[in-house]
Amino acid sequence: MMELLGLYNYWVFAVLLMIGFYAVIARPNMVKKLLGLSIFQAAVFLLYITMDKVEGGTAPIIQKGVEDAIYSNPLPQVLILTAIVVGISTTALGLALVVRIHEAYGTIEEDETQRADLDE
Amino acid sequence: MITVVFSVFLLTLLVITALGVVRAQNLFTAVMLTGIFSLLMAANFFVLDAADVALTEAAVGAGISTVLLLGALGLTPREERASGAKRWLALVVTALTTVVLLYATFEQPRLGDPQAPVHQHVAPWYLEKTPELVDIPNVVTAVLGSYRGYDTLGEVIVVLTAGIGVLFLLGLPGAVGDRPRDDIAKGRTYLSHHLVPQVVGRLVIPFILLFALYVQFHGEYGPGGGFQAGAIFAAAMILYALIEGEREALTVISPKLLIWMMAGGALLYGSVGLVTMALGGNFLDYNVLHSNPVAGQQWGIIVIELGVGITVAGVLLAIYHAFAARGH
Repeated sequence: MMELLGLYNYWVFAVLLMIGFYAVIARPNMVKKLLGLSIFQAAVFLLYITMDKVEGGTAPIIQKGVEDAIYSNPLPQVLILTAIVVGISTTALGLALVVRIHEAYGTIEEDETQRADLDE
Repeated sequence: MITVVFSVFLLTLLVITALGVVRAQNLFTAVMLTGIFSLLMAANFFVLDAADVALTEAAVGAGISTVLLLGALGLTPREERASGAKRWLALVVTALTTVVLLYATFEQPRLGDPQAPVHQHVAPWYLEKTPELVDIPNVVTAVLGSYRGYDTLGEVIVVLTAGIGVLFLLGLPGAVGDRPRDDIAKGRTYLSHHLVPQVVGRLVIPFILLFALYVQFHGEYGPGGGFQAGAIFAAAMILYALIEGEREALTVISPKLLIWMMAGGALLYGSVGLVTMALGGNFLDYNVLHSNPVAGQQWGIIVIELGVGITVAGVLLAIYHAFAARGH
């Protein structure tokens, strides 16, 4: 039982990844696509942070005088820490594009913008 | 055992919230659920020992990204058009991929396994050598600022580039002198009809700013650093703009200053690298900054973290103002 629960994080990663991916490919609304993309991204963050955990460990902030402390892995944390801030900046860039698309086409539904392109 | 039950509970809530985001027809609902999703994600990160990451996710995901999404929703339709076409194909593809991914997870090391390959590579070296080479308690900050300083410089440049992209697409009034600043939001604010957020907001803004500074300068000793501090600082200023109005906020930090902050932080980071080269070391090799290499490392990390904080705060604020000004 515990053996299998140790994989629960990875299962949630897989499910979240695909929920986000579904929103990107199946929903024509562009804001919804971006929300899906950020769920997809968050799933990847979860995968990395899951890997950093060490049984019985604590956050990698070294305590002076404590010799036998176990620390979790700092490296995935560094990678994801910066990725979160980069993620919001790129999402904002996507939103700015959506705003301009709405100004140009009057819609943010993908099939409608494609139809408008074909009609020209 | 308690931790496992708690994290299973949090992760299940996470999946339910994600389903809610995708299913919600009203985009406003979806954005609000995204905020909850980020907060749950932050709690998860905390359970998994990633205090720094949890702090970042809480400030960026639950705070700023919700405001930015709402800013964008103010400029686009709020309702998603209902459509039934080509969903089945997408559903089958994602279901099959999920099954394949789930099958692959059985090869993964179990959660918390100390023998997992990821813990055998450079991580033990970082944990062992940091007290000797850098001598700051927070190993995450040491890796971020020193060992992997090139990566972090790259990330800062990406944030800066994304900010420049948004400003190109939406424009920031008053920044380059294209539109007069009087153009925007005269006295009208998003929260002007709500007394409680106004009073409480005015009360907490100074403390949020103080906390941002604490996170910035205490990042070597506890969870924190430039990325988190920049996001928290930007959140405080966004709250100020929501309460007092766009124009007031742009008077405190003018558009020109925002541009300078965006570029200046990255420039500060890069110049540290150039200074170390001028002093005879490698690019971003802080050892040469001081006669004592350990003190040099600490100086280098403090300065580059400051650069990171300034750029992140500048970019996030500029993006917010770009969206807000577009609405008027």
